[in-house]
Amino acid sequence: MNIIELLFGTLSVLAIFSALMLVTSKNPVYSVLWLIVTFFAISGHYILLNAQFLAIVNIIVYAGAIMVLFLFVIMLMNLNKETEPQKNRWLKLAGAVAGGCLLLVLVAALKDVDSKKPENFALLNGGNTGLIKNLGKELFTTYVVPFEISSVLFLSAMIGAVVLGKKEKQNEAAH
Amino acid sequence: MPINYYILLSLALFTIGIVGVLTRRNAIIIFMCIELMLNAVNLLLVAFSKMHLNAAILANDAASTAGTDGQLFVFFIMVVAAAEVSVGLAIIVMMYRNIHSVDVNFLNRLKH
Repeated sequence: MNIIELLFGTLSVLAIFSALMLVTSKNPVYSVLWLIVTFFAISGHYILLNAQFLAIVNIIVYAGAIMVLFLFVIMLMNLNKETEPQKNRWLKLAGAVAGGCLLLVLVAALKDVDSKKPENFALLNGGNTGLIKNLGKELFTTYVVPFEISSVLFLSAMIGAVVLGKKEKQNEAAH
Repeated sequence: MPINYYILLSLALFTIGIVGVLTRRNAIIIFMCIELMLNAVNLLLVAFSKMHLNAAILANDAASTAGTDGQLFVFFIMVVAAAEVSVGLAIIVMMYRNIHSVDVNFLNRLKH
């Protein structure tokens, strides 16, 4: 077992364990923290795959911005206590069984990849496609129209968030 | 690294996200599980992108840029996820303001 396989195994176990802790922990703040651990593990996988730009963007955007937004909302609404009421145990069991069945079907459908063929190996530690030079060149030539459209999407998302978050004084008076 | 391992890891993360959506009732945790599912798909896209690059290099195309598209798709998924989170959290805040709870069981009617 060489060092890359060891790193892959460690990061995979860390990602799956923290994802399980995200689902099972009662306190939403702990869930957010475990999700950040998951994102760091996935970023480690990106670095192993030599996709360095995506690794950094994953940490900055997901672990940095989005998770801070989640924490803000949880603390703003004072939800950092275990408020989830005890609900039907059978529903939880049914959800877990349904998810397990889905996992079973997907694994059964996708397990027949020939792992001996050299074309079926993900290239680790090589290739320059994940570096920012290549990705930037491609992004600003081939994908420049989707890039501009995504800026419009951000603008509309910002306006939508502001409009939704505004207090509606006249509506409250009408009720 | 064989692509099977990445497929299995992504499937496991995706399924954990689905189980979280099905079993939890807190809207914020459901939202985080959706983010987890998006990230599982992102990881698989990057792995397949490097697999295509590997196949191109094996076919004696050393300066190939095969698989760049996959990584750019991941970038756009992150962009859309950021926009989605801002709007979704605004909706959750509004819901908390109206019904003083983030339990999705209270949202089973489209009126209040």
